[in-house]
Amino acid sequence: MTGAAPVIPPVAPSRGAGRHPWLSVLWSAVRTPRGAVGLTLALLVAGVAIIGPAVSPHSPNALVTLTFAKPSGQFPLGGDFLGRDVLSRVLNGGWLLLLMAVAATAIGIVVGAAAGMSAAYLRGASDGIIMRTVDVILAFPQLVFALLLLSLLGPKLWLIVLAVGVSHAPAVARVIRSATLDIAERDYVKVAELQGMRPAKVMAKEILPNLITPLMVEAGLRLTYSIVIIAGLAFLGFGQPPPTANWGTMINENRIGLQLNPWAVIAPAVLIALLTIGTNTFTDAVARVTIGVDRRPEEAALIDDLGPERA
Amino acid sequence: MAGHERAGDEHTAAGPAGGPPVDGVRLDVRGLEVRLGRAGPDVVSDVSFTVQAGQVLGLVGESGSGKTTVVLALLGHARRGLRISSGAVRVDGVDLLRLPASQLRAVRGARVAYVPQDPSAALNPALRVGTQLREAIRVHPGAVEDPDGRIREVLQEARLDASPELLRRYPHQLSGGQQQRVGLAMAFACRPSLIVLDEPTTGLDVSTQRHVLDTIRSLCAAYGVAAVYVSHDLAVVGGLVSDVAVMYSGRIIEIGPTGRVFGDPLHPYSRGLLSAVPSPVQATRLTGIDGQPPRPGRRPAGCAFAPRCGFATADCRSQEPEPVLIDSRDVRCLRVAQVRESSTRAAAALSRAPAAAGAAPVLSLRDVSASYGRRRVLTGIDLEVPAESCVAVVGESGSGKTTLARCIVGLHRNWTGEISFEGAPLPASAGDRPRQMLQRVQYVFQNPYTSLNPRKTVGQIVAQPLEEYLRLGYRERSQRAARALADVSLGGDFLPRYPDQLSGGERQRVAIARALVAEPDLLVCDEVTSALDVSVQAVIVELLRNLQAKRRIAMIFITHNLALVRSIAQSVVVLRDGAVVESGPVEQVLDRPADPYTARLMEDVPKLPTPGTQAQGAAAAEPAAPELGR
Repeated sequence: MTGAAPVIPPVAPSRGAGRHPWLSVLWSAVRTPRGAVGLTLALLVAGVAIIGPAVSPHSPNALVTLTFAKPSGQFPLGGDFLGRDVLSRVLNGGWLLLLMAVAATAIGIVVGAAAGMSAAYLRGASDGIIMRTVDVILAFPQLVFALLLLSLLGPKLWLIVLAVGVSHAPAVARVIRSATLDIAERDYVKVAELQGMRPAKVMAKEILPNLITPLMVEAGLRLTYSIVIIAGLAFLGFGQPPPTANWGTMINENRIGLQLNPWAVIAPAVLIALLTIGTNTFTDAVARVTIGVDRRPEEAALIDDLGPERA
Repeated sequence: MAGHERAGDEHTAAGPAGGPPVDGVRLDVRGLEVRLGRAGPDVVSDVSFTVQAGQVLGLVGESGSGKTTVVLALLGHARRGLRISSGAVRVDGVDLLRLPASQLRAVRGARVAYVPQDPSAALNPALRVGTQLREAIRVHPGAVEDPDGRIREVLQEARLDASPELLRRYPHQLSGGQQQRVGLAMAFACRPSLIVLDEPTTGLDVSTQRHVLDTIRSLCAAYGVAAVYVSHDLAVVGGLVSDVAVMYSGRIIEIGPTGRVFGDPLHPYSRGLLSAVPSPVQATRLTGIDGQPPRPGRRPAGCAFAPRCGFATADCRSQEPEPVLIDSRDVRCLRVAQVRESSTRAAAALSRAPAAAGAAPVLSLRDVSASYGRRRVLTGIDLEVPAESCVAVVGESGSGKTTLARCIVGLHRNWTGEISFEGAPLPASAGDRPRQMLQRVQYVFQNPYTSLNPRKTVGQIVAQPLEEYLRLGYRERSQRAARALADVSLGGDFLPRYPDQLSGGERQRVAIARALVAEPDLLVCDEVTSALDVSVQAVIVELLRNLQAKRRIAMIFITHNLALVRSIAQSVVVLRDGAVVESGPVEQVLDRPADPYTARLMEDVPKLPTPGTQAQGAAAAEPAAPELGR
């Protein structure tokens, strides 16, 4: 008689995922041990970068001590290669790095999501053109691609942000394209098409809201990469001009005195490392929550049995 | 262990030779309880039953009633997050729940076998059929003496051709029916005492289903195997099992011989389930059960069914009923005496006026052929839908019925021929059709779990057509959306909800409201009830029938379920392999099929085992009543 099997409802990642699906996913992620550790690390470093300028004991550019001075009571992290206070430079050198990384991530996500979604939904020629362009950009290592743009156009800060952002876009486009391919086949997208909705509106209203979880995971991942690349570019000399404090630049300019005052290198390096570990760990927690690995077993059993909770 | 297996073999040997299967309880379940987590609420509680050798017990109920939890416990297994907290599951006297893990592993597959729902997912796609069968035997050394001989034997018993070619095939090279037979063969390979079948025929065509059911029945009878058969399909269960247990909210609410339970159900829930089953032989008004079963932990005090029950009194809401033995079955209902007095309501016969002759058809298809790439799926379809009437399109899976619907609404564009709507030809693709045309043909999708955008509220979903087709303002849209929801019996409190807060039936109602709010002239319903429980299916079908009559719209109702056709349609078109086999008024096609294919389909539709009663309708239901009084 009834032949088709009762279809198992696609399970929403968390209960009540409706009005603010991303909020509930973030909240679930924070409640896992992994997510809590990741977020704490990232917030700790971000706190240092943001509050740092307000609490720094000396001017970051003033020559207040000896070249590569050992740590002392007055200068807890010692002096750098010009005799400036390392602690003050560390406290001042993070906020711009953080800001640039966030901006570059935003550019990468917006451009990549738009490209990936259009490629998957419009298919045909658009798909071919967009994805082959993506392939070409992906053929360059990200850092090399950014260096290429910078050496062509000059080391301006906005250009660094733009270059890093654009270098993220292809990878984001890849992920979003495959996510869209799945969603574009859902019946509610067909319903919108049967209502005569224009493609741009279908993408914005029907598809984009359902891409929020993969976009969140991508954003976290790209933020991690942005921090590493922007700090790396600063290390290579593409960053703010010399007197300004910058964690990436500090590692480069102080490495000659590594034996005299290692803290001038270790402090910025550790901060960058903690920041990337923190963002990456938290992203991992978000990803695990969205695919259901870290769902509580009781909850998982109930959902398998009865479908998502009905209010 | 070995001793027990010997005993099993004796039974097996006695079965086919000695006529009636050896008497004896094969499976004895006592006070089974499964809880959520360490100290969570119970999911299943106080479940007790026995199954004799050679008998099949049917376990039925809506989704979420705990059927699958119970049968997994029969294998000594609980899903992640669940825990078997008390009770006993004795197979040939051995309590599986007390066995250490290593012995339990030895029992599973050998003494207790499991046949899962979806054979294509249960067979390993990378291994040949023969390899998998041999593996099933090899993991139980000593269970079978001659593995290759046993494989040949068991394949024949499962009515498969036991040739070497079959053994060398991969699962994807078999049909759905063959895959399920391989699953059965694997389960029977080690000569189990108990076999657990979890809806093994859902997803199979009616004819294939019937053959698989016949195989199960004869194998169990011949080898004295006890079987537990889980299904949401009462008609399938009715034809197969000797005893039936109806589950609701984790408890068995009625259990007894199939003829008694299905012929004269005593629990109001069993009655509700049975009156929701459409009859293939008579047009009936279907009655569903409103509401949904409570979740574990949210069970009301007293009887869990009370909120949905027409017989419920204050006592029912405070006092949990214990099973009482009445009329050779156990029933959990405080009001069973009153239920028993009220006669089984004979399914209300339904007479439908035939479609007005001579009226211009709303939709007509002439010589429509469609293909996917090179593969042709529809050939030369001619079809007319008269105004204000309902045409059912029936066919087995792969007959092209969904493709037909998608051609009509414009989702499938690779077709030739002519489809005209009120005299004007329809462009092939929805993208080429003007807005008004799109508005007047509305489509309801099969699966309500994918046809509603999970990120939109019910209000936004239902109002969307008004924005897209009619460009109405916000206020007007909200008012009309609320009215459309009221038409499908959903209150205004549903407007701000999201789809994941709705049950399957509620979702499908929202999808219907979305189609009707556009005020179409033609509604195309594609298998709209196949993802729903029988009780919910009845509600949806009744709703569609009433709305279609009230709104005076034309409807195409696509289904694989022949039994539903009479309840909703005036005329019917039978599809096979993409071509029309037969078409005409429902009574003519179903009662006097001209084509042997239609006749076979009618023959194979599972029917509830109520000898001579339901078939003749209300008149025959009367004499049954006094007999029950004895």
